[in-house]
Amino acid sequence: MAELDTSGGGHKKGPGVKKGKKLSTRVDLTPMVDLGFLLITFFIFTTTMSQPTALKLFLPDDKVTPEDQNKAKESGVLTILMGADNHIYYYEGQLKPDGSNFLSASFNGENSIRDVILKKKADVRSRSTDSENPYKDFVVVIKPGAECNYKNVIDILDEMAINVVKKYALVDISDAESQLVKISDASSQTSVSN
Amino acid sequence: MGRAKLPRKSTNIDMTAMCDVAFLLLSFFILTTKFKPAEAIAVETPSSVASKVAPNKDFVLVTIDKDGKVFLTMDDEQKKELVANTVNSQRNLGINVAAFKKAGFIGAPLSGLNSFLSIPEENRKGDQLPGIPCKDSTNNELIYWMQVVKDAYAGEKMDLLLKGDNVAKYPAFKNVIAAFKKNELLKFQMVTNPENAPEGSELWKSSMKGEKQED
Repeated sequence: MAELDTSGGGHKKGPGVKKGKKLSTRVDLTPMVDLGFLLITFFIFTTTMSQPTALKLFLPDDKVTPEDQNKAKESGVLTILMGADNHIYYYEGQLKPDGSNFLSASFNGENSIRDVILKKKADVRSRSTDSENPYKDFVVVIKPGAECNYKNVIDILDEMAINVVKKYALVDISDAESQLVKISDASSQTSVSN
Repeated sequence: MGRAKLPRKSTNIDMTAMCDVAFLLLSFFILTTKFKPAEAIAVETPSSVASKVAPNKDFVLVTIDKDGKVFLTMDDEQKKELVANTVNSQRNLGINVAAFKKAGFIGAPLSGLNSFLSIPEENRKGDQLPGIPCKDSTNNELIYWMQVVKDAYAGEKMDLLLKGDNVAKYPAFKNVIAAFKKNELLKFQMVTNPENAPEGSELWKSSMKGEKQED
């Protein structure tokens, strides 16, 4: 297969002519086989890995009357607000009129929203009397602002999956909160530029 | 008495056949791989830890591009025909059903649908098209589209997908959700790129234990 016929077609040489040394034309194909299989593996892996995944989201039914709606205990609620440029804010329970419990966090690094969620989760657990379902009262309310982008929304929904938060809701931001987010966004920008 | 000498066999194996097989497989895989077609609507999806693979047939896909423009894609041609006929009879638009069936996506207001369909398919680029109006509740044509699509799929399984761009603003997303809600389409899936759960997180721990992620 991989050899060439070098015998010269049966042509006899004269008595005084010295025969040239026959070089083997056999090539070791092992590295080529290695390369072939390497490429196959590469192609198989790269093709299956690029399949997009789907994140499921169930929307609440707006038509449910207020009496049927889920009531959340104030102590177990964590509200997350999102502003422009990946800014993220949160408060526990209800927002105080003076805004003193309105705090800022980040997506990763120091003071990350993950730590905030985990802290709140542990806090709810420690106060829970229900041993079967200690996280029953834990609800995360997500309020994306008008300036935040789609990626942030997905990231925060993803964070719910990562931290196994069972109850969360995507809620429209109120005007007061929207103002607060805007002011905080602006102030953090000036502090960066200064 | 001399012992019969066993002829020494060479340990060299002819690799040619194996090489042939390897490259045959390689060419087979290369040729059968469907390359991602150049997308008419350029969208960069965010990543999530969701492990469920997005459905690739019988889906209805709503795309939000980076400017917040909304496009509708359906893969089932029969359903598309149904949708086109319904739109024609309800709105008297007289749209070309054959062209509608062939169109990869819909990205124009109802009033401009005819001129949209007259553009050749390869020239329809998401960034040059107006998209389906979905800005506010007064002029949200997506509500109408979703209603027609829902009727076309009446009783059948329909996978509603939402594909948004990383930098699309939240209000665009909210308006799309509002259109879904209006039609009581309360279950949908968002198309994302796969990502591993961060190490040390609860999800990571449970997946290490071999628990399956909930859908």
